[in-house]
Amino acid sequence: METKKLTRVDYIFRPDNTCMDTLKKSLQRDRDEIVLELIDSGLKGRGGAGFLTGLKWKLAKEAPGDIKYVICNADEGEPGTFKDREILDRVPRRVFTGMALCGYVIGAKEGFLYLRAEYKFLAPKLKTIMAEMNEEFKKLGLDFTLNIRYGSGAYVCGEETALIDSMEGRRGEPRNKPPFPVTEGYLNKPTVVNNVETFVNCSIIMAIGAEEYKRFGTDSSRGFKLFSVSGDCSKEGIYELELGMLLSDFVEEFGDGDTKAVQVGGASGFCVPRKKFNQTIIGFEGIPTGGSMKIFNSSRSMYHVLHNYLEFFEEESCGQCTPCRVGCQQLLKGIEAVKSKKRPPSYLDELVKLAKVMKVAAKCGLGQSVGNAFVSIVDNFREEIVY
Amino acid sequence: MANTEMRVKELAEKYGRNREALMPILQELIDERRYVNDEAMVNVARELDLSAAEVYGTASFYSFIETEEVGKFVIRLCKTIVCDMKGKEDVLQAIENTLKIKVGQTTADKKFTLKTTNCLGWCHKGPTMLINDEVYTELTPGKAIEIIESYMNK
Repeated sequence: METKKLTRVDYIFRPDNTCMDTLKKSLQRDRDEIVLELIDSGLKGRGGAGFLTGLKWKLAKEAPGDIKYVICNADEGEPGTFKDREILDRVPRRVFTGMALCGYVIGAKEGFLYLRAEYKFLAPKLKTIMAEMNEEFKKLGLDFTLNIRYGSGAYVCGEETALIDSMEGRRGEPRNKPPFPVTEGYLNKPTVVNNVETFVNCSIIMAIGAEEYKRFGTDSSRGFKLFSVSGDCSKEGIYELELGMLLSDFVEEFGDGDTKAVQVGGASGFCVPRKKFNQTIIGFEGIPTGGSMKIFNSSRSMYHVLHNYLEFFEEESCGQCTPCRVGCQQLLKGIEAVKSKKRPPSYLDELVKLAKVMKVAAKCGLGQSVGNAFVSIVDNFREEIVY
Repeated sequence: MANTEMRVKELAEKYGRNREALMPILQELIDERRYVNDEAMVNVARELDLSAAEVYGTASFYSFIETEEVGKFVIRLCKTIVCDMKGKEDVLQAIENTLKIKVGQTTADKKFTLKTTNCLGWCHKGPTMLINDEVYTELTPGKAIEIIESYMNK
């Protein structure tokens, strides 16, 4: 399979003062042409789920209705992810340009930034920039207004339908899909919900063109992406890298020389042990990630890591569906029972079955992905869970 | 308190009386008072023409919307894995010893409430805590105590 060398790129954090020119140029273009260019670029959502962004915009554009909405999902709660905070802090105009572009394409007059409560310290600055940009949109003749809404400390609200419920003044409980937000979203109107980094990528594609953008990444994973690197690591921080690299190259660059495992994609992602580093591609053809890369060295107990994740999920499960609500509790109790010898090691196999049931039976991405970390840690580090 | 009733009315004027106004109203009440008590929630329900149970159900879903009394300063220390690996437990001990309270408790003078929270998005600079909306990163036990002492006279 096609892989790429670990290559640093610098597009996302370039100064964002030329964004308005990009928007101005794009507003002269035909809406369908923009959609086609985005689809052609191969850009997939950067929040983790990886839906083709251009297609999402196309569906919302074609959905019937006069009132439509654009929502930027800045409810960055996945453990180990901190790139959106940095984007909003350093290049917010690039995000808002992407939102305005989306508004133009789908015919939305209002856009919301849904900012997690934990990032509220960014709000004063963001509100000032929003007000400035709203004025600039008017000058360009674009009927689009940016607004801000806040989360209040709920990981599940990063799921788009839970986010919408939260904006509507309800408990953040994911909805059944379909209908998808592109046809029935905020206030049951067609809505595009994209991650912060996705909007940034849209702005970049409009600035450099799909052809240039496609030079980066692989067939399944086009472009570049921000990685939030933390843990037992020589240089923690945020790095913009081309997609499609091997995990072994990543570990060589960022590990501390004693890397035992990397958790790719946060608590809802997969744990990759050392022996699989050189067969794991970071991207949609291998293990996709919203950006979270947590590195563990040999001093770390993987039981402790798994326990921490399960506590996280048990707290953050919205509780509406039984597989997730009860499943998270039982997985946590289960590994504690095995560790304390109240249950035999073979009980782990029962727990793996439960995790797999959650994967098919849970209602939303949160419940469905608890099994990712659970199964990959138990499979690869079974002895650490038992002893 | 007539005060609460008045304030909720003002907020309903500001944000509107539809359901979408619920979170902004609760959030502004939290900014002003740190928690929303039963009286506040009943008033919000009345203004928005919702049942009090709906308001409580929504409010209690969110970990940053407190429905029980909390101190003037709510400390939220991140307990997720990377902050944990970097010594969150020692920081927590130090804060507990300084304030003489455990996680979940409020000091007798109602100044501080100590909580743990999930990933704050500063893993590369952990351990991290929030005090109300302010972020403090790269904590050590000593640094955490210094920060908390700086709040004691606020």
